[in-house]
Order: sequence, then structure tokens, then C-alpha cells
Amino acid sequence: MSLLPFCQWLAETPGSIALHQSVYAYPLVESTHVLTLCLFLGMAIMFDLRLLGLTLVSVPMTEIRRRLGPWMAGGFVIMVITGALLFYAIPVRSYQSVWFRIKVVALLLAGLNAFVFHSGIDRRVAEWDRDSVPPPAARRAGARSLLLWGVIVVAGRMIAYNWFDCDKQPQPRIVNVLAGCVVPAPEAP
Amino acid sequence: MNFSMFQVLPWIEWVAASALGQAISKSSWAFAVIESVHLLALAVIGGAVLMVDLRLLGFGLRAQPLDRVARDAWPWFVGSWVVMIVSGVLLFVSEPLKLYFSTPFFWKMIFLLSGSVFAVTVRRKVTMAGDGRTPPLVMKLVGLVSLLLWSGVGSAGRWIGFG
Repeated sequence: MSLLPFCQWLAETPGSIALHQSVYAYPLVESTHVLTLCLFLGMAIMFDLRLLGLTLVSVPMTEIRRRLGPWMAGGFVIMVITGALLFYAIPVRSYQSVWFRIKVVALLLAGLNAFVFHSGIDRRVAEWDRDSVPPPAARRAGARSLLLWGVIVVAGRMIAYNWFDCDKQPQPRIVNVLAGCVVPAPEAP
Repeated sequence: MNFSMFQVLPWIEWVAASALGQAISKSSWAFAVIESVHLLALAVIGGAVLMVDLRLLGFGLRAQPLDRVARDAWPWFVGSWVVMIVSGVLLFVSEPLKLYFSTPFFWKMIFLLSGSVFAVTVRRKVTMAGDGRTPPLVMKLVGLVSLLLWSGVGSAGRWIGFG
């Protein structure tokens, strides 16, 4: 199933066009998205590093979550809203971007990782709350989270570059397939 | 206001013509990769700074001793600061002329210098002294100044791209 028709429709909506063409709104949304990285990801990294036993080792895991969680959640909400607006402003190119697709997959995997953590070792957090180095399952979740968020940041930054854009043909076949480019069949000789 | 007021254009041109500057600016991917490293370190330094500043302001890990939070954040702050500077220098070397005449870059450097000096002097002294050594209002002020200075670095940095 292709979401291309939906993205094409979205790109024609007045709001999308206005945001795309705005002089200040788009840069402002983009800057908010980038700088909220410090709040959301900064806190998430500290959380993950605690899971790995690399910082705040004397602070109970539950206390870190209780005190830093709300800041992280607030940052996440801003990230999602500004991210959705950025997509709304440039839907077709984003949808057909290899980097955007990598970012979405990594985001889903990060969500899955969080789910596995919360429904697994985190249920028994009382047993390891004060451990300076949490159990292997928790450390693995922290390491996977750091790796996935690293991919998300890098892929997100790369969306701005047009190396693999669909309107820049010829592209290697793998790029066209991954990006969902609609390439006209080459004319018969 | 920008760095061109120091009239060091020949030196900037020498940087632009240097082998390193040429290699990065001619490569189609080097700038993007260095920028990504810069951005990843931004997230880490953001966490390390915020954790302590929130604590100074009476938020976040407020049940933990101030000096412990500061001590735990310190190596991550210093480490990410070094990565930021190294990747930042590489970015500068690849487009020194643009930055020489850039107003946002000038302000970013002013904020960076102020933020860094503040971090190793007043802020470090206050945080390492621990609770009860500094009046609460002064602690809040230190956290606020630090937040404003680092926000200035980030905002001005983002602004460079819109020149």
C-alpha cells in the first residue's frame, strides 16, 4: 500500500503550502525540533546511561524516572508536534526520502525497545532499583535505545540532503525501491 | 557584528585554502557526517547541562545532593564539549569565509566563550560546593544564566544555517 496519493493530497492543502512557503514559521518549527533534542534526547540519554551504569549510579532508577521523566515526556511531545509539522510542510519529498524512512523504522524500533523494557525487566525494577549497574536485560535496553536514537538523529539530519531524492535520476535501483520512487520505464530503443 | 571587524581575512583565506578545508568542502558527504557528530554531541551536552541546571533551579533530581548530580554530569559535559569543539572546528574549516562574515556565528562564539567560562568558574564552584553553601536565589540565578548562555549557543548556531 502506498501513501503517496495521501501525501500528494496533503501537499496541496492550504496549510501545507503556507508552512512550506513561510519565511519564519518553517525555520522556527525546524529550530524548535532541533533544539528540543537537548531536552528530550538529552534526558533520554541520561536515562539510558543510568541503565548502563555509566552515570548517576547512586540514584535509584525509579527516582530518575519520576524526576526526569516529565521533562523527557514534555520534550517528546514538542518533538512529535514539530516533527509532524515538518512532515506536513514537505509531505511528498519526506515520504519518498530514504533517510526519512530509515528514521521512521528506527523510531518504531525505539518504541518497541521501550515496550520490551517496560513489559520485561522494568516490571521487576524494585529488585534492581539501587544497583549501580542494572541487570543485563536493562543494560541491553539502554544500549539499544542509545544506538537507535543515534540512527534517528543522523537519519533526520540527512533528510535535508538530496543525494538520493527521487527527482534526481538515475539512482541505483535499491535507492528507488527503498524510497518508493515512481520511475518511468526507460523507453524502448 | 561579525568577525570581519578583526580584519584577519588573509588568515581566513589561508584556512579556506588549506588541505583540510578543501577536502571537507569538496567532499559531498564529509560536511554532513561531521554535522551529524556535532548534533549527536549536542544531545549529550544538552542532557548533561540541563540535568544540573534543572537541579540548580529546584527541578529534576531535586532530592539528590547538588554536588553529586554535578559530579555525575561533569565527565559527560566535558566529553561532549570536546566533541562539539572538534567537530565545530572541522565545520568552520570547511566554510571559514561564510562564518567570518556571519553575524549569528559571531554571537554563537560569544555565547560559547561565556557559557564555557561560566561553566568552569562560577557554576562549577557553586555546584561542587553542594547544598547549603549558596543562597537559594543565587543557585537559581546560576542555573538560569547557564541555561540562557547555552540556549544562546544553540539558537545562534541554528541561525547560522538561515543566513
